[in-house]
Amino acid sequence: MSQTETRLNLRAEIDRYLESGSAPLAFARISELWRRQRDVATAAFVCSSYEKLRGQLPLLDHRTAILRSFTVEPILPLLRAEAFTSGIDLTLHVGDFNAYSQEILDSASTLYQAHPDSVILAVRTPDVAPELWSRFADLSREEVAQAQQRVSSTFRQLIEGFRKHSQAAMIVHNLEEPVFPHSGLLDAQSPNGQSEVLRQINRDLVQHAGASRGVYVLDYDGLQARHGRKHWQDDRKYLMARLPVSGVNLIHVAQEWLRFLAPISGKVAKAVVVDLDNTLWGGVIGEDGMTGIKLGPDYPGAAYQALQRALLDLTRRGILLAICSKNNPEDAMEALEKHPGMVLRPADFAAMRISWNEKVLGLREIASELNIGIDSLAFLDDNPVEREAVRASLPEVTVIDLPEDPFDYASVVQQCPVLQRLSISTEDQMRTAFYAGQREREHSEQLFQSKEDFFRYLEQKVEIAPVSPETLARVAQLTQKTNQFNLTTQRYNEQQIMDLSSRGWQVLSIRVHDRFGDQGLVGVSIAHDEHSHDEQAICEIDTFLLSCRVIGRTVETALLSVLTDIARKRGNNRVKGCFLPTKKNAPARNFYSEHGFTLESENGTGSWWTFDLRTQEIPCPAWIELKLIELKIMDGAQL
Amino acid sequence: MKASVKDDIRVIAGDLFSVPATQIHAGSSPETIENWDSVQHLSLVLAVEEKFGVQFSPEEIEKMRTIGAITELIEQKLQSTPN
Repeated sequence: MSQTETRLNLRAEIDRYLESGSAPLAFARISELWRRQRDVATAAFVCSSYEKLRGQLPLLDHRTAILRSFTVEPILPLLRAEAFTSGIDLTLHVGDFNAYSQEILDSASTLYQAHPDSVILAVRTPDVAPELWSRFADLSREEVAQAQQRVSSTFRQLIEGFRKHSQAAMIVHNLEEPVFPHSGLLDAQSPNGQSEVLRQINRDLVQHAGASRGVYVLDYDGLQARHGRKHWQDDRKYLMARLPVSGVNLIHVAQEWLRFLAPISGKVAKAVVVDLDNTLWGGVIGEDGMTGIKLGPDYPGAAYQALQRALLDLTRRGILLAICSKNNPEDAMEALEKHPGMVLRPADFAAMRISWNEKVLGLREIASELNIGIDSLAFLDDNPVEREAVRASLPEVTVIDLPEDPFDYASVVQQCPVLQRLSISTEDQMRTAFYAGQREREHSEQLFQSKEDFFRYLEQKVEIAPVSPETLARVAQLTQKTNQFNLTTQRYNEQQIMDLSSRGWQVLSIRVHDRFGDQGLVGVSIAHDEHSHDEQAICEIDTFLLSCRVIGRTVETALLSVLTDIARKRGNNRVKGCFLPTKKNAPARNFYSEHGFTLESENGTGSWWTFDLRTQEIPCPAWIELKLIELKIMDGAQL
Repeated sequence: MKASVKDDIRVIAGDLFSVPATQIHAGSSPETIENWDSVQHLSLVLAVEEKFGVQFSPEEIEKMRTIGAITELIEQKLQSTPN
């Protein structure tokens, strides 16, 4: 069947499924069509088909505002199609031409009325620095310095101005360098050349963005360079319609935007499950053997080393790796342990399923072993049949399509939106080691007669501290990512946590260390005092959560003990809290009843609990060594 | 060949303007199709360029005011550059 016929058949199938109301089947076919043909017309079809499915699919809602100095309209359907097929229901607000300054600085502008979750500031060098772009050779050193200063401080004012009015994430395009600098070869000889001055502005931009929480730089210059600066723009289209991106490159802008929106909206994979034969190495280990598989620094094995390197890079940003392969375990392990070309080694994988079982089963087992949802898995396999089987049975898994050519494998992983992160914590970087410790812990747990003996053996040291500038990113990250032991599943970004803390809310973090190693910052509680209608002082728990890697080790009791102690010292009579059930937070269901709280009311949304501070107490477990840090500072002033 | 260019354009225009391709004919224009505004016109030009591997000049884009005119223009371009 030709490509065109396949696409026509797909469209006919989509129309049929839309008519019969089979939303998941329609969605799967729409996604397939989009993977096959990412162009302007298909994007329109994908978007209008999707409109008919609105509300019938479990997608993440996200609102993005695009502020711009150029025409972005033809890019928008491409962006929405990319987002929909990645599981994000994207609502867009587009600012007026070159009105971005007013829109950002005026708190009553349509930008803020649109209540965006994220904002993209899409500006170009010719628009924000016209003299540096088109008259550079005419300018004196002083004029260049002045222009550079002006552009840098404009960026700073826009970022600071935006932060005054909104807690949304902000993505700022940096400035592109010219294809041909005005001074020709001389430009690269000068420390004050045109390209270098633009690079300095871009460096300043990184500083300004870093000074505010949740502001990120999009390397537009790098994006152009990757796809070829000389052919990035179609001058005729620019002059006619102010569209500075040629037709073939529109999709690259859309995909780059989505690479930011995926981590910002929380559409991320926590683990990548990889195949072995013809994915991590060329050939089949069971047939070709140790000397026959292609893997090494030269052609053709270098392609596979590049992929392994890209996967290793993921572990450095906190993404776990796992193996799911149909193989004889002995053959596969020999290659993993001993092949000289391997970049990855067994210790780099948090879980392995090497057997002749179906991969769908392997993926389920891996998710459960790693204690993460199936929807947190990404699947990497060269075999299209395996990929389709996973798509059909586990639609919540992100299936990464590998191209025909192994030399393109690494870049597919490097570009994948769900594998992007915008901030990383120490916990992220150590995650693979944490899971290794976890395996040892589970092994030793079986050796003990009683839970208590096991807890004593663990020698847990717990450190509880108010949120600080150093822990802010991790605290926000935990509220966004924790699904299982999470009583209310309130999501906060860094800016919002800072806000709560400065309003006097008590934001506590808990760090756990045991004999197998440092577990890092693994829990958060957020509480605030309020007065009830009968003038009783009550402390209300807004958020209480624990990372899955420490569930069931009683550290949650230590945190609740400290929280209630502080509430008592602040003059409260009672503590109240609620449990809001979700599909995933069953592990937290009995938390309040197990700690002596009384059920006050219950309805379809959740259950409400209280604890009398005058008559009740929650002691910290005897086997936990507790350390409190700076707990007196509660007003958030240190932030 | 002639029929196929026209059919392809009707499908593209149908997608972009959210109307069934069967309702699009040679005389269709911004006057007869509600969603055919200047923004969608730009998308139509880009989509057609992508589909047929051609480039239009601003002068040509000015003339692309009906589906029939667009079809003729593409056929001319495809004839003058074989492959």
